[in-house]
Amino acid sequence: MCLAIPALIKSIEDKEAEVEIGGITRRISLWLTPEAKVGDYVLVHTGYAINILNQEEAEETLRLFAEITKAEEEV
Amino acid sequence: MKFITEFRRSELAGGLISQIHRRSKTSVRFMEFCGGHTVTIFRYGLRQVLPQTIEMVSGPGCPVCVTANADLDKAIALSRLPDVIITTFGDMLKVPASHSSLQKVKADGADVRVVYSTTDALVIAERNPTKSVIFLGIGFETTAPTIAASILQAKARRIKNYYILSVHKLCPPVIRALLDSGEVKLHGLICPGHVSAIIGSHPWEFIARDYNIPCVVSGFEPLDILQCVDMLVAQVENGESKVEIAYRRGVRPEGNREALKLIEQVFEPCPAEWRGIGEVPDSGLRLRKEYQTLAAEFAFDIEPEPAYEPGGCICGDILRGVKTPTDCKLFGKACTPEYPVGPCMVSSEGSCSAYYLYGGDFGG
Repeated sequence: MCLAIPALIKSIEDKEAEVEIGGITRRISLWLTPEAKVGDYVLVHTGYAINILNQEEAEETLRLFAEITKAEEEV
Repeated sequence: MKFITEFRRSELAGGLISQIHRRSKTSVRFMEFCGGHTVTIFRYGLRQVLPQTIEMVSGPGCPVCVTANADLDKAIALSRLPDVIITTFGDMLKVPASHSSLQKVKADGADVRVVYSTTDALVIAERNPTKSVIFLGIGFETTAPTIAASILQAKARRIKNYYILSVHKLCPPVIRALLDSGEVKLHGLICPGHVSAIIGSHPWEFIARDYNIPCVVSGFEPLDILQCVDMLVAQVENGESKVEIAYRRGVRPEGNREALKLIEQVFEPCPAEWRGIGEVPDSGLRLRKEYQTLAAEFAFDIEPEPAYEPGGCICGDILRGVKTPTDCKLFGKACTPEYPVGPCMVSSEGSCSAYYLYGGDFGG
């Protein structure tokens, strides 16, 4: 029930945004993330953005996974 | 970066699984608190790829499952009042209450409508000014701020016929209750990712500090879960217990301050009844005094029928992590997703539903 899906913000009007989720466009509320900008990925839960996703952290995590995989192959 | 498929790459899973196998020496039991995590674990067969040393148990992190029959009975009683529209998330429709379900009362003529968001419920209220629109407010800290926002929007848009039946629940207090009961011994906790997106990682610190249980906040893709298990194993093998965040792209230690501010503005903690666990102090949210006229329980006069639990259903034991769905005599026989007896079979993220749909060797 706490399902939240990443969505890309395409446009913002007041406290609402148009987002793209897997090719589908829909309107969501930005009441909980007023700092969100066009181009941000947000986590959408029941029609509200509950957080802005951090791209740098995501890339860092994936880099760590790649390092672990490389190291394990060498063990 | 789409934030989804990247975290499902099987070649990276292999590295994480290999590291877990190499590092895990001690026999441990980890609990995934959240039903969303249970679904990921089952859908991707993660239990099968973990070493024998790691036992996974599912926790009570499914709001639909832990809603007490007495609270559902209130929703049923409200739905039978004249000129009332009940709005709710789809998961709640089939959940059996003591004597009926929202689906059954809808079939009998009650106006019960499934909405995706509280914003939809507000539109229904605006379009039906002569009716009272009651939103069944179910959910954890993830959902509570969206309900709070809807109350403030109703005020701003002068919507006078919008009410809330608040059955919200808070996660940290119930984990304390579970640990204090001593029924289930844990060596690590997979903390809920989207609850933590709101509350941050600090509210879990008491678990690491007072109970010496390692805690890691996880995301919901298979690589997230594997990373989280690997971090828990590392803490166990190093003799540590601290709170870490594996889901760093979605969770900050301080949480979402704006969302927390909204919860604080509209709600206050109260005791709450959890199915299978009982009353837990300060584990619920009720509307603050200034918003109490919007509380359905106060605004409407209802007398729900006495609460009743179906015989044979062990959802309560499953939610406490002391039994598994296959221990239940009804599982897969009298109780299936089409004809559920207990809520853990109804909700898409209930343990029984996950076992039934993806269980394979577990008897599903």
